[in-house]
Amino acid sequence: MTTASLGLSRDDRPILIAALFILVILVAGTVYTFARFGSAPLLSPTYLLQQLQIGAFLGIVAAGMMMVILIAQIDLSVPWTLAAAAMMATSIGGPLAIPVGLGVGLVVGLINGIGVAYLRVPSMIFTLGVNAVMRGLMVAHTGGYAPQTAATDLMRMLAGDRTLGIPNALFVWAAVSVIVTIILQRTALGRYVYAIGNKEAAAYLAGVDTRRVTVICFVLCGLAAALAGVLLAGYSTKAYQGMGDAYLLPSIAAVVIGGTNILGGRGRYLGTLIGVVLIVLLNSVLSIMDMPEAGRQVIYGLVIIFMLLVYGRGERVTS
Amino acid sequence: MLDDIAIRVRQNIGIVTAVLLFTILYLLYNLAHPKGFSSAVLVQNGDEIFALAMLAMAQTVPVLASGLDLSVGAVMTMVGCFASYLLTGAGGTPLHLDIFGLHLGLGTFPGGVSGILLGIVVCLAIGALAGFINGCIVVYGRIQPIIATLATGAVYIGIALFLRPTPGGKIDEDLNWALTNSLGDFAATVHIFGDGAAAWFAPIAWIPVPFVLLILIALLVWVPFRRSVLGRAVYAVGSAEGAAYMSGLPIDRAKIAAFTLAGFFAGCGGLFLAIQTSSGNADIPQAGAYTLNSIASVVIGGTSLLGGTGSAIGSIFGAMVLRVISFFFRIFDIAPLLQPLFEGLILLGAVCIGALGVLRVKNTLELFR
Amino acid sequence: MSDAVLTRHAFLTLSGISKRYAGVRALEGVDFACERGKIHAVLGENGAGKSTLIKIISGVVQPDSGSMRLAGQDVSFATPSAANAAGVVCIFQELSLMPDLSVADNISISSPPRRFGLIDARAQRRRAEQLLAEIGCEDVNPLMRVRDLPLSRRQVVEIAKALGKKPQLLILDEATSALTSADVEKVYAMLARLKAEGVAILYISHRMHEVEALADRASVFRNGRHIETFDKGKRSTADIVQLMIGRDIATQYPPKPPRGSPPPVLDIENLSWDRRLDRISLRVGAGEIVGLGGLDGQGQKSLLLALFGVLRGVTGQIIVEGREVRPGSPAAAKSVGIALVPEDRKTEGLMLPMSIADNLVIASLDAISTGPLVDRARESDMIKRAIARLQIKIGAPGDAVSTLSGGNQQKVVLAKWLMTEPKLILLNDPTRGIDVGTKQELYRLMRELADQGAAILFYSTDYDELIGCCDRVAIMYDGRIVRELEGDELTETNIIASALNIDAATPDAAGATHA
Repeated sequence: MTTASLGLSRDDRPILIAALFILVILVAGTVYTFARFGSAPLLSPTYLLQQLQIGAFLGIVAAGMMMVILIAQIDLSVPWTLAAAAMMATSIGGPLAIPVGLGVGLVVGLINGIGVAYLRVPSMIFTLGVNAVMRGLMVAHTGGYAPQTAATDLMRMLAGDRTLGIPNALFVWAAVSVIVTIILQRTALGRYVYAIGNKEAAAYLAGVDTRRVTVICFVLCGLAAALAGVLLAGYSTKAYQGMGDAYLLPSIAAVVIGGTNILGGRGRYLGTLIGVVLIVLLNSVLSIMDMPEAGRQVIYGLVIIFMLLVYGRGERVTS
Repeated sequence: MLDDIAIRVRQNIGIVTAVLLFTILYLLYNLAHPKGFSSAVLVQNGDEIFALAMLAMAQTVPVLASGLDLSVGAVMTMVGCFASYLLTGAGGTPLHLDIFGLHLGLGTFPGGVSGILLGIVVCLAIGALAGFINGCIVVYGRIQPIIATLATGAVYIGIALFLRPTPGGKIDEDLNWALTNSLGDFAATVHIFGDGAAAWFAPIAWIPVPFVLLILIALLVWVPFRRSVLGRAVYAVGSAEGAAYMSGLPIDRAKIAAFTLAGFFAGCGGLFLAIQTSSGNADIPQAGAYTLNSIASVVIGGTSLLGGTGSAIGSIFGAMVLRVISFFFRIFDIAPLLQPLFEGLILLGAVCIGALGVLRVKNTLELFR
Repeated sequence: MSDAVLTRHAFLTLSGISKRYAGVRALEGVDFACERGKIHAVLGENGAGKSTLIKIISGVVQPDSGSMRLAGQDVSFATPSAANAAGVVCIFQELSLMPDLSVADNISISSPPRRFGLIDARAQRRRAEQLLAEIGCEDVNPLMRVRDLPLSRRQVVEIAKALGKKPQLLILDEATSALTSADVEKVYAMLARLKAEGVAILYISHRMHEVEALADRASVFRNGRHIETFDKGKRSTADIVQLMIGRDIATQYPPKPPRGSPPPVLDIENLSWDRRLDRISLRVGAGEIVGLGGLDGQGQKSLLLALFGVLRGVTGQIIVEGREVRPGSPAAAKSVGIALVPEDRKTEGLMLPMSIADNLVIASLDAISTGPLVDRARESDMIKRAIARLQIKIGAPGDAVSTLSGGNQQKVVLAKWLMTEPKLILLNDPTRGIDVGTKQELYRLMRELADQGAAILFYSTDYDELIGCCDRVAIMYDGRIVRELEGDELTETNIIASALNIDAATPDAAGATHA
């Protein structure tokens, strides 16, 4: 492994490259807007804050997704965990709205974790099934129509309002980020997460309760998706069908672009943060350019492949 | 030999279960259906099953080599959009692409039967090419299949959206009629067997064309592949990549072939979907649903997600089981709203039963392999 | 000497072959030859260089220096397939079968019979039946998946697969270790037939009586060198054992304390598991180092795993410091004061890409945490002390543990457990592939730990090390403890004799009974 060629650790390199790429996006976008409209919205703090506010929901989902990817699993139940949390929160309403929403995430995470850790069903398929079940429950619950219930004031305040000119959603995202960073860097749980992702057998033989850690990671992922759902419902003042669909693939992409190994065990939260910002900014530049959905998808895919090719490739299996 | 049969059944218990499950469900469905066991019902079901069955086959091949392909739905959608230009049957369609304001003329496409046949070949080639690109990125780019196909899937969906920003296009009406009905209708449309009236033809005239196509593709593409050296290398790679290397098998070629074949099958699905709906539709949620259902079909069909064991035939039945469950909702007047719930519960139940072997493991270290 | 005569008719000739792994010598200047129509046994202790020798001959690894001639031609094999193409076929100890493919598929994997370009399943099946019949194992149905066969049948398939490659030189590496005695007879018959057909056969086995029955000629290896080659009947079993042991005992061991009767830390009664552990009873006292000896795979590793809570369905009693325990997981075992240095440090002992520091503290994070947070001051202090105590040579604690040498990696594994202050330490062949210097440090450390009151159960494939380090050695055979040796009876001759089940070969073995 000769990643030290730049004097950087293996984990820093992708983060730095992604950060540089963000700069490239900002510069290219600004050049474009300046040439076309004679203005530079991308450099205005108001616009950036607004974009980041929207990005907060993705950021929170990605934080949870990262916990699961770090232990070499994946959670495909995020879309309907998010939607279910939003729907349950809005239909319960009142002061219990947010706890109930988060409770949905907790339960889903618990079920996912037990299926993966104790039954050892591949997470790819187990969480897929759980996603279908959640979708089924919600479709049955709402009758397939847009729910008529509305977000509570607290939810709207957390997601839509501003404090000192800064969107509250950013504070929530920041809080989640601080918690995840502390877990990953400062707690025993965080060490176990990396250990399991690197070599589950070695972690197990070191006396780590690998099953408990796996369950905790899925619970955290479920909680994060639920929190994002509650906030998103607050932001759009209501819950709606399929509101989580747009968060699954981007959250995985953000984690991977941030340098986290999709096979687990490696990656820093800062990277995920930067990955989210990159995706959010890429999206805003593309909308400023009036890029049709088609072009966005193509560019989106090419960026992921390009970044991964630049980060360095996996090792070859020989024996 | 009875022995051999017993062994084959035991080894393919997943497939056998899927076949039995499908048979029972489908019999029940026909019994309950007011027009059960009629050609009309069969034809309708065949049309609804075909695309998912193709995607299930597509997903199987990379899974056998222990890599998921998250782009099968996207490839299907993209090929469908191409088909909505190439299979109009009118001929003389000017082909062009508009990218970033660039106008690329690609000449005109011939009309008539030859045009349609050429169109079909081109569509399938596009599917295979998409799969080939996936394989190359996985093998030479050494990017994990999941994430590589996630990315290429976005690209293919993007191309589909370029082609059809809104649903539209057209498919030759005869082609649509011929392929989505019974063999009799097919013969009448293409004027063979005395327009389908030949006496010997009558006993099989009721068979739906999609089922015939499904069997033909399985027999002419999958079975030979499975029996080829490359096909067996795919199984070997999924079973024990290290041992496959030691035995001097072509590992890289096997992986690329697996993804290429996946692209081809997904292309077949997309082609049919376009023909059936007479249009091209770059529907992103639909592409995602097809991809996820293809994975579910593979698992229900008895293929291990860890690779090395299973068959595309099983996956076809897995797909049919999934579809039949949705038929029931129509028949029994159960709120279709409960459908996703049941689908999810059945999928979870199936994988949990499959996982019970975990409880018998005596050396817990084996769980980590 | 006699080697010069050998080379004249030789089919395969090796000259001056040397090979090192990460600085550790595996083979040094080996000259070796074997002939057609002869069964040639290769003998030596674990780690004598036999495996490396056959890996080189069969193209799995390449030698650092030296040359190889086959049938008068200079050859060098870059891959196993290249060796196969030249008629050199090896039956490896670790099975090279693909578990999800059928027996017939596996046997014809590299060159299947084809019809119209496709694999001809029927011809392939006939071929498998034929080959299995040749070894007299018609009972294996070629349709069966290898995964579903018991280990002994898998080995039969492996042999059939090798036969199907039409070998000119056939190498069997412990190929009969898992076979039933009936099958072994059949394999003997097959070897005799191949011999008559003029195939050269290299036979590696730890079973002395097998070698005596089969081999026309034998070569003894020791410490990576070729010691001697002799014809059948020229040497007695005792001579051969002596040749295998050699006289160059270079390693220094720390002195053993005088024997006492320490209170037992571990007391096992009638421990059994899955037909691989058979009613084992054993005591290890505080301050005692007890060795587990015997041939590879006689249940030593299973015993350690059973004590560490890895195995399910263990019966019998495990008493640690007077309290009966039943660890259901390594975490539970850790909590009653048991530590395990596992067999494979690269996949079981370490998270290789993670830092030295992370690996060191992974087992003791609970102890240095306040609430959920890891106390960083205590952590770095702990790491510093561990590195200093074990003299682990590192650049920085943040470096990946994969950058360390094998010896230092093993020290990290051991250090990780020392921090949990275990009462009972289980060591699974900890010095394998480690240089002599580090080995001696590990021995010293083991004794130090014992002196501080820990009980140590030490499995090693190196008899010399068992004798040097252990207060007592339990020899295992077929899942049972067949003998316990201590004090003066703890000699290499005795250990090998008990392990090989050739008690009569040595005079002092009969008198030495202790159980």
